[in-house]
Amino acid sequence: MTNINLQNVNYQYGDTIILKNIHHTFEAGRFYTILGPSGCGKTTILKMIGGFIHPTDGTVSFDGKTMNGIDANRRKVNTVFQDYALFPHLNVFENIAFGLKVRRISKNEINTKVDEALRFVNLGDYKDRPIDALSGGQRQRVAIARAIVNEPDVLLLDEPLSALDQNLRVDMQYELKEIQKRLGITFIFVTHDQEEALALSDEILVMNNGEVIQAGPPKDIYDEPLNRYVAEFIGDSNIVRGVMVEDNLVGIYGRNYACVDGGLKPNTPVDVMIRPEDLLITEHDKGKMNVTIDSSLFRGVHYEIGCIDQDGYEWIVHSTRDAEIGHRAALDFERMDIHVMVPGEDEDAFNERLESYQEDEA
Amino acid sequence: MMRRLLFIPYLIWIVLFVVAPLGLMVGYSFFDISGNPTLANYGAFFSSEYFEMTLSSFWYAFLITLFSLLISYPLALAIRQTKHKMFWLLLIILPTWINLLLKTYAFIGMFGKEGLVNAVATALGFAEQQLLFSDIAFIIVSVYIFIPFMLLPIFNAVDGIENNLLSAARDLGASKWDVLMRVLMPLSLPGIKTGIQIVFIPSLSLFMITRLITGNKVITLGTAIEQQFLTTENWGMGSTIGVFLILAMMLVMTVTSGRNKETGRVGRL
Repeated sequence: MTNINLQNVNYQYGDTIILKNIHHTFEAGRFYTILGPSGCGKTTILKMIGGFIHPTDGTVSFDGKTMNGIDANRRKVNTVFQDYALFPHLNVFENIAFGLKVRRISKNEINTKVDEALRFVNLGDYKDRPIDALSGGQRQRVAIARAIVNEPDVLLLDEPLSALDQNLRVDMQYELKEIQKRLGITFIFVTHDQEEALALSDEILVMNNGEVIQAGPPKDIYDEPLNRYVAEFIGDSNIVRGVMVEDNLVGIYGRNYACVDGGLKPNTPVDVMIRPEDLLITEHDKGKMNVTIDSSLFRGVHYEIGCIDQDGYEWIVHSTRDAEIGHRAALDFERMDIHVMVPGEDEDAFNERLESYQEDEA
Repeated sequence: MMRRLLFIPYLIWIVLFVVAPLGLMVGYSFFDISGNPTLANYGAFFSSEYFEMTLSSFWYAFLITLFSLLISYPLALAIRQTKHKMFWLLLIILPTWINLLLKTYAFIGMFGKEGLVNAVATALGFAEQQLLFSDIAFIIVSVYIFIPFMLLPIFNAVDGIENNLLSAARDLGASKWDVLMRVLMPLSLPGIKTGIQIVFIPSLSLFMITRLITGNKVITLGTAIEQQFLTTENWGMGSTIGVFLILAMMLVMTVTSGRNKETGRVGRL
């Protein structure tokens, strides 16, 4: 088992800075997701762990051993590539056996291991098929089998589900999670799909512009996003400007609301976020804020309802019950549902502040 | 109906320039120098003199093809990696726009007793070498002339191989040598085969270069045909050699066009 540590890792390509001071430890046996928009550097991190590129500055170490300069073929790490990168001149069996063959493993052992890997991904009957006779989902499985047959300590997955259609993608999410549990090895999964990240990961790293903005378990990231960027990237959100009046009291548009955040100087300008599913539509004057229903969109599992408050600001509500457009209503929410974010605050300061007032409560 | 009409020019072309010459050539091969039907030409071809010539023709063609391949393959891989692929490719293709004879004369200038190569060699303290009229010179000039024809199909093939496949091979533990032998080579095989076809066959019948560079010390099948037609004026014998050249061509085509699984798409010219 391998713990991977990135220490002050920078990467520059020509004049372009691609990674800025990345600092993170990937613990053995966990499922990590690196989440971010395209071009944020997430695949670069994967390539660096895989050994395809080496940091311009800083160190990548496996169990404390520096890996800078050690190429991909000498690392106990395997990759499932975005477009699978299966060898078109080899059939399913030969593709999976590739890694074993270059390591000069005996024929018998190769046969046993490939069969085992094929059974593992439920492709037992496809051994002799050529690659171009396989569907997208089957190719995906061959790519996974080809990687895990080498018994890596870490499996890197570069947007492996992006080429599949929606239903298959959800099925494969379950399968990946299952495979990771059965193998017990570290998975580092790169995606721009927040749903995938939330469903699969033990820990999510949210990236933007070559930096890790926030890292943590999915629930923490969803419930306590560090800033507007993370909040908007993960899930839908209503974000408004506000002012921290005092601990546990935040002012929005001149009205004060009780909240559970603290640790800030009075009158600090803040971003206030409320998730659409935390807002409840109630009768006029019976909630915390009077609104008029402005729009309603049926989304399948819920309605996405747009409400305009007295000051003309729009709030998005997710509700299982539809609301009548033009109807005067009110929004209600718990103090727990208000999340206060300080613009410009970094992750360390944020965590410190979070701990300080969470201890107070305890 | 229209389709049939469109087919007519093609048919005329094929009959006039492919079927008729072939037929004439096969026909001539059964006549002797004074126009009497005979099988003597075929008998002569299997005599030791022509058999040796055929063997040496094949040997030189083999060497020319081998060296063109050994130079072109790494070159194609190198160009694949460059930023301005098309520019480098053009630089190597460019000499094909110059007339073959001009290029050959240029080599005579370079390889001559007072030529560039000897000037450099003597300046460096080496003894003056007799380069012209040697088979080495013949091979160097021929390889130079054929490199673009070998390079193009190979480049097309290796350029079509996705980098991801190479990364995947490295990821699975392959050394650079493994990547070459297990991924690059098999995936570019169609290009290599095409390259061999378009270099080996013409080099069997090279004739002007043999005369200019080697002073006819190297005699290929091409030289022999030229001499039979123009010097000896024995058209029958010349045609017979031509027939065997065509048979050789068919043999090479059969050997190199074995079907590849999956990779047929890349590298065809």
